[in-house]
Amino acid sequence: MEMLKVKHINTYYGQVHALKNVSLHLNQGEIVTLIGANGAGKTTILNSLSAVTPIRSGEILFEGNPIHALSPEKIVDLGISQVPEGRQVFKPLTVEDNLELGAYLRYRRREGRARIRASLDEIYRLFPRLLERRRQLAGTLSGGEQQMLAIGRALMARPKLLLLDEPSMGLAPLVVQEIFSVIATLTRELGTTVLLVEQNAKAALKLADRGYVLETGKVIIEESAGDLLENREVQRAYLGKEKKEIWER
Amino acid sequence: MRRELIKFALFAAVVLTVPAVVKGGYLLNVLVFVGINTMLAVALNLLLGFAGQISLGQAAFYGLGAYLSGILTATHGWNPWLALFAAAAAVGLLAFAIGFPILKLKGHYLAMATLGFGIIVYIVFNEYVDVTGGPSGFPGIPGLQIGDLRFDSDLKSYYLIWTTALLIMLLAVNLTRSRIGRALRAIHDSEVAARVLGVNARLLKVQVFACSAVISCIAGSLYAHTVTFISPSTFGFHFSVELLTMVIIGGLGSIYGSCLGAALLTLLPEFLRTFQDYDIVVYGLLLIVMTMFMPGGLVQGAATVWRLALRLLPAKGRGDA
Repeated sequence: MEMLKVKHINTYYGQVHALKNVSLHLNQGEIVTLIGANGAGKTTILNSLSAVTPIRSGEILFEGNPIHALSPEKIVDLGISQVPEGRQVFKPLTVEDNLELGAYLRYRRREGRARIRASLDEIYRLFPRLLERRRQLAGTLSGGEQQMLAIGRALMARPKLLLLDEPSMGLAPLVVQEIFSVIATLTRELGTTVLLVEQNAKAALKLADRGYVLETGKVIIEESAGDLLENREVQRAYLGKEKKEIWER
Repeated sequence: MRRELIKFALFAAVVLTVPAVVKGGYLLNVLVFVGINTMLAVALNLLLGFAGQISLGQAAFYGLGAYLSGILTATHGWNPWLALFAAAAAVGLLAFAIGFPILKLKGHYLAMATLGFGIIVYIVFNEYVDVTGGPSGFPGIPGLQIGDLRFDSDLKSYYLIWTTALLIMLLAVNLTRSRIGRALRAIHDSEVAARVLGVNARLLKVQVFACSAVISCIAGSLYAHTVTFISPSTFGFHFSVELLTMVIIGGLGSIYGSCLGAALLTLLPEFLRTFQDYDIVVYGLLLIVMTMFMPGGLVQGAATVWRLALRLLPAKGRGDA
C-alpha cells in the first residue's frame, strides 16, 4: 500500500531553487533511503515533508490526503515525525524530559499516562543506554547517545512514518551499526515506515528496501537498494569503488 | 511534584509569618512592594527564563493595569475588583494581538520591538493628560475592600499582596512542571526541533506572553489601589530594566529566584539612596557581574557554593589528620 506520494514538488530558499520537480513514493513498512552529495536536496525533501520549509508547488499525499498546506504541528499529529539533522536534542533538559516532549501531542489528546509510560518503556528497551541516563541532562550525552535520544524522542509520538536525517553524522562506525540495527528492529516490530537520508550510502543501502539518488535538487535514479549497490554509476560516485582501480592504472 | 508542594508550603509559611516579626513600620511597607515586584519578576521569568523570549516592555503592562484600574474606579466609579478583572482581560487581549506579530521576531529584534511598545505606552501615560493626568500623576484611587474588610493598613496590604503573589508563584511552579513548561523550555532551546515534535511554538509563545502581561497587569492594579496615587515615571523603560535585573539576579527559570531578585532590588535602593540618580549604573554593574560569575542566578550560585564548601570541608579534615 502506498503510504506517501510526493508529486512534482518544488521548494525554494528565497531565490534558490532547491528541489526541482521531485517525485517519490513510500510503501507501508518500507525503508527507503535518499542518497546524494552535499547540497543535493536530501534534507530539503525531509523539511518539505514536515512543512518546516513549505513547498512552492506540487503535491504531497499522506495516506491519500494532501498535507502540503498543513503546519508542522498538524503533520506530526497525522503521524509523521522527523529526527532533525544534527540531532537537536534539548540539551538543558533531562533525557526523560526530552522523551516526554516527543509525546507532547499525545498528552494534549489526553491519551493517558499509562499508555505513554508504555511507549517510554518501549524506547528504553530499544535503547537501554537511555534508561541508564534518564535523569542526566541531554547535553552531557555522547554523540551516539544523543542520536539515540533524538530517534527515541521522535518515536514517542508513535509515528507511522519516521523521517531520519543523517543518523550516522559524526558517529563512530560501531555506534552507527548499533543505530542502524535499531532502525531495522523498529520497522520489523513496530511496523514503522522509514525515510532515511544518509551520506553513508553503503550502510544506508544495505539497510533499505529501495533508494533514490539525488543530484542538485533532482531525482536521477530510483531503484531497489540491491540494484543501487550494484549500479556502477552509484558505486563510482557514492561508494568510492572505482578509486582503487584508478590508482592501479 | 510532592516535594515541590512541600517546598512551596514552607516558603508560604515563612512569607505569611514575616509580619509577626517585622511588626509594621517602614520595612513592612517596603515588603509590600517586594510582593508586587515578585509578581512582575515571576511574570517576566515565565517569558524569559522558560520560553526564552525577552521583553523590555513589561513596565507597560504593569502601567496599563495601574492606569486602567485608576481611571475605571476614580473617574468612572467602577468597583475596584471589577476594574481589576476588566483591566486584566483587556491587557490580555492586547498582548495577544501584539504578540502574534512581535513574537515572530527573535533576540535583539524582539528586545527592540518590546522596548518600542513600552515607550509608546509610556508616552500615552504622559501626554494623554485629560485622562491620565499626565506627568503630574493620577491621584485619588480608592483602596480595595472585601465586604467590610478594607485594605487600608500596611499589614492588611501585606496579606493581600502576598496572597496574590503566592498564588501566582504556585501557578508558575505548576505551569513549569507541566507538559506546557517542558514545551516552553524546548522552544527556548530550539524552536525548530520543538515544532517538528508537534509543539505549536508560535501560539505557545504568544500565550505565555499574554499570560505574563496579565500577571503584570494585575500587579499594576494592586499597586494602584495600594498606593492610591500613580504617575508615569513608575512605568518607564527604567523599570523594565529593573525587572530584567531582578529576574537575572534571581536566576532565569527559577521562580523562587525571582522572588529573591525582587526582594534584593526592592530593598537595595533603600541602601543605594546615596547614589541617587546613578543607581541605574549599579544595576548595570550588577547585571554584568551576575552574568559573568553567576549566570544561573543567585539561587543556583548559592547551591554551587554550598556544594563546593561541602566538598572542601572533608578534604581539609583529611589534611589535618
